[in-house]
Parts: sequence; structure tokens; C-alpha cells
Amino acid sequence: MSLTGTERQLNKEAAAITVKTRRKVLEVIKKDFKHNWKVYLMALPVVAFYIIFCYGPMWGLSIAFVDFKPRLGILKSPFVGLKHFKNFVTDPYFGRLVTNTFMLNLWGLVFGFPAPIILALSLNEVVNKRFKRTVQTITYMPHFISLVVVCGLIRIFCGSDGLLNDIIAMFGGERTPLLANANLFRPIYTFSGIWQNVGWDSIIYLAAISNVSPELYESATIDGAGRFRRMWHVTIPSIAPTITILLIFAIGGMLGSAHEKIILLYNPVTYEKADVIASYVYRRGLQEFDYSYSAAVGLISSVVNFVFLWCANAAARKMSETSLW
Amino acid sequence: MLHKTVGDRIFNVVNYILLSFITFACLYPVLYVIFASVSDPIQLQAHRGFLYKPLGFTLAGYKAVFKDSDIMTGYANTIFYVVVGVAVNMVFTILGAYVLSRKNLFWKKAIMIIVTITMFFGGGLIPFYLLVKNLGMENTRLALIIPYALNTWNMIIMRTGFESVPGELEEAAKVDGADHFFILTRVILPLSKAVCAVILLYYVVGAWNSWFPAMIFLRERQKFPLQLMLREILITNDTSQMQQGISMTVSGSGQFGETTAYRELIKYTTIVISTVPIMCFYPFIQKYFVKGVYVGSLKG
Repeated sequence: MSLTGTERQLNKEAAAITVKTRRKVLEVIKKDFKHNWKVYLMALPVVAFYIIFCYGPMWGLSIAFVDFKPRLGILKSPFVGLKHFKNFVTDPYFGRLVTNTFMLNLWGLVFGFPAPIILALSLNEVVNKRFKRTVQTITYMPHFISLVVVCGLIRIFCGSDGLLNDIIAMFGGERTPLLANANLFRPIYTFSGIWQNVGWDSIIYLAAISNVSPELYESATIDGAGRFRRMWHVTIPSIAPTITILLIFAIGGMLGSAHEKIILLYNPVTYEKADVIASYVYRRGLQEFDYSYSAAVGLISSVVNFVFLWCANAAARKMSETSLW
Repeated sequence: MLHKTVGDRIFNVVNYILLSFITFACLYPVLYVIFASVSDPIQLQAHRGFLYKPLGFTLAGYKAVFKDSDIMTGYANTIFYVVVGVAVNMVFTILGAYVLSRKNLFWKKAIMIIVTITMFFGGGLIPFYLLVKNLGMENTRLALIIPYALNTWNMIIMRTGFESVPGELEEAAKVDGADHFFILTRVILPLSKAVCAVILLYYVVGAWNSWFPAMIFLRERQKFPLQLMLREILITNDTSQMQQGISMTVSGSGQFGETTAYRELIKYTTIVISTVPIMCFYPFIQKYFVKGVYVGSLKG
């Protein structure tokens, strides 16, 4: 009898465990371990990694409910319940942080989200293979440049002697250090993000487009549809499920944000528009060592994020057949 | 075969113009930096507007950067973090992907739940930092490797790649008495080169460009990766900590005006030398991108 026969048997047994007795379950577990112990050996480091570095910090969130004293450790520090959470909600910066986080994501959603879709649709209409390949290679490039360098470039180009100011001056405008202007932070952040990721993010839409059946295009052409109408009536509806899923992710992340780019770009002058929850957590936590308070802020933000993701998914499920779960 | 209407032609022209503009916009900042990095710093400082070619020609910036011990230390450290870190990444990812691609595994669902929860919820920055600190990894090179040993998305992408290997091949190997280590290394991996290449690229790029973990976990300069040295030059504008090469070129260049000119030049040269390795690397793996990204995003 080959191993596979036994495994098939095992599978059947595993499916039926709900009705079998406890002894039977134990037997299945034993048999499974006998056949698969090497797989479990492989799983050991991976599961250990998850438990230590993903679940460890979740356990570590208990720091948000105490007044952390490094000498006492989390467990012996005085328990303060929801004090830090209340403090955050009444924090003078609370409104500003929530607004900034939300607005920065809204800018991303309005300008950043459609950009790769437009690029993919546009690339799809290109007949010349070589041109298409060249455009793709070049637009992917910024994705591979490090965030530190990208932000360095932004600083160089936005400085008062920088290229952007040269262009402004060419049209008779006045030279100003653009990164010191809080009102320009959102556009600079958003459009540099599009610059960096539009090519890369278009890949997924191009892949979805390549799965569209050519017959649909043929019949549309026979019906007299021009290029634009084929794009509008065939391509876009065909990739709508992909768009929906990515939109769920985008909306689900509305109150989250990556702190790395913000930290590299902002300065106290632009805090009023640039400081978001994540950068505040970093500043209060790792620069001012206010561990308990910033952990509480981080916890609120991840819970709110999870709720957002859940709602976006529920909405998508109600309106269409596409959803994450 | 193609009957082009007027509308189609206009569409085509507009489309090509749009794409050319996007391509130019993606390319030009990079060209600008390359031109500027070999330009004469005094001329460059006086120049306004677009650069179409280098202004004059000098390799002074490159010489200063290659003489600078901090940049070179950063470079060596980054190579270390990339080689060791990515090796660890690949081992963990391949093991995890193999486990999750098994069909007859009693505890598979439990493992999957453990993994999935972490994709939606995490402890956040502060508890993570404190954990790594409490594990005694602060200010050690391990802090940049062990806590980042695995990326869940990459593991899921790789699992999907492994699942596409025909089951019959494994069955045949099993009949011949092969164990799981044999199946993984001799059956699955040789047939999953494409997905492995993509994941390798993701990890290499991530490790090469990473700076934040180094900033929060490392204290000593001789352990800093290149990106952290770059941050001082490009973002905090502080070269006072830099030794030899750069600060000598910057301060040895005479008057104040020249000093700032050289400081600017060095920004461009450091950008070039830090970015070139990755730029040379990615086009080779480009043909696998579509596969990797698509599989990962939709089947996760």
C-alpha cells in the first residue's frame, strides 16, 4: 500500500471528525503526525516566528493599560485602565491627527487610486510591443528607488533653488521653499507617491486585462464600437472585480498610514497638515519615550482600521459579488 | 484587417502622447540626478531650470564619496544585511509556503488562522519595538534580520506558486520513498524558479532600501546600513558626523559658496551609487513581475 492511499484515508477521516468519538480524533492526530512530522518540523520555525514577533506585540499591547515604568515592567506597573485612551481623545492634537490621516488617504484615493488604472488601460491600447515594453520598464523604475532617496529627491526639487521653483519662476511666480508650506504637503506627498508607484501598481490591472477574452473585443468591434467604447464597455467592466478588491483595501486603510515617508518629509512647520496618527505614535513613543500613551494611540488606530476594512468589505459584498471574505 | 476610424486615430495619438509624458516624468528626475552627479558643482549651483546634459565634467563627487569611510561602511553593512537577511527570509518563506501548500495536514487550518489574523491586526510599532528590545537585540545586527524574517504576503504568493506544481509529480516521488525534504528541494523548488525569483527580488529590494528598523534599533555608526547614512546627507542635511572623504571635500573646498556647492554635488553622487545596484537588478526579473503580483494579490 502506498503512502498516498493512507493519506487519502486520513483525509476522509479528518473530514468526518465531527461525528466520530474523541478517541477517533486522537487516532487521526497520531496518524497525521506519523506521516507529516517532517512537515511540522518545517512549520516549527515559521509558527515560532509568528508567535514571537506577531503575537508577542499583541500581548505587549497590555502596556497601553498601565502607566509603564521601565524598572517595574509591564505586569507590575500601575494599572490605569482606559486613561491613555481617554487622554488621546481629549488630546489637543486629536482632531488634527484624525483629519490629517483621513485627508492624506482621501487624496490618495482620489488621485492615487485611479492613476495606475488609467496607465494600464492606456498601455493596453498600445499596439507597438517595443514601445509598451519600454514604457513599462521605465515606469516600474521609481518603485525600486528607496524611500530615503525619493524623499531626498523631493527635498532637492522642492527647495527654493530646486527645479519646481525654477518652473514656477519661469511662469513669473515667486520662489518659496515648497516643503515649508503646510498647504502643499498633501499634493507633494500624493503626487510623489503616484510618481513612485503608478507603474508598479498598474501591473495587477494589466494582468487582469490580459485575462479578458478576445472574443468580447471582436464582437464589440463587429457591433461598431471604436477603441474608446471598447475600453469603456469591455475592458473596464472586465477588470471591475480587481478594482473593487483593491478599492476595499484602499478604503480599509483610510485611517492607517505609513509613517516612514511622513517622517522623512515633514518638519515642525508642516505638522499642522502633515502629522498623522502613525507619525505621532512614532514621535511620542520612540522620541519622547511615552510608551504607554503611544501604544494606546496605536491600538485605537488599528482597531478603527479593522472596523473600516470590515465595513468596506461588507459594503462591497452587498453591492457586488466581489469581496475579500 | 484594421479599419481605423478618425476617432480611433485621435484616440491613438492622445494615448501615445499621454504615455510618453508619463514615461518622461518617471525618467527625467533620474536623468537629472545622473547629469548633476558629474557636473561641475559651481556651474551646477548657478544653473536654473532643466538639465539636458552634464554641466562641465568632474568625478570629484564620486571620488569624495568613495573615500568616505562612513559611506563605505554603510555599503558593506547593507551588503551584509541583504545577503544574510534575504537568506533567512528565503528559508522561512519557503518552509512556510511548503507547509501551507500541503493538502493533507490536520493542523493546516490552525496554522492558516494563526497567519491570517496577523494580516488584519497587529500590535503596532511601540510593542514591537519593546519586544525586540527586551529580547536583547537592540543595537545588534540581528535586530534587522530576525524580527523581519518573514513577510506574510510573500509567503502566500509562494504558496500559490507551489500549489501550481502538478500533484502527480509529488505522488510519484512519494511512491519512490521520497520524504518531505526531498520533495521540497528536488521536486517543488526546481519547478518554482519563477516565483522564487520574484520573491527574492522583493526581499532584496526591501532589504537594500530599508532604513527605519536600523534607525530605531541601532545606535553605533559602524553598524548603520547605507540608507541611514544617506538619510543624514539627504534629509537631515548633517554631514558633520561624516568622516574623511565627504567632510574633507566639503570643508576643504575653500569659501562658503563652494562648500555648499560641493555639499549639493555629493547629494547627487550618493544617490547614484546607492541606487545603481537595484537599477541593474530589476529589469532581469521583470518578466516574472506580472505572475508574482497577480497571484499574490488576488489569491491571498
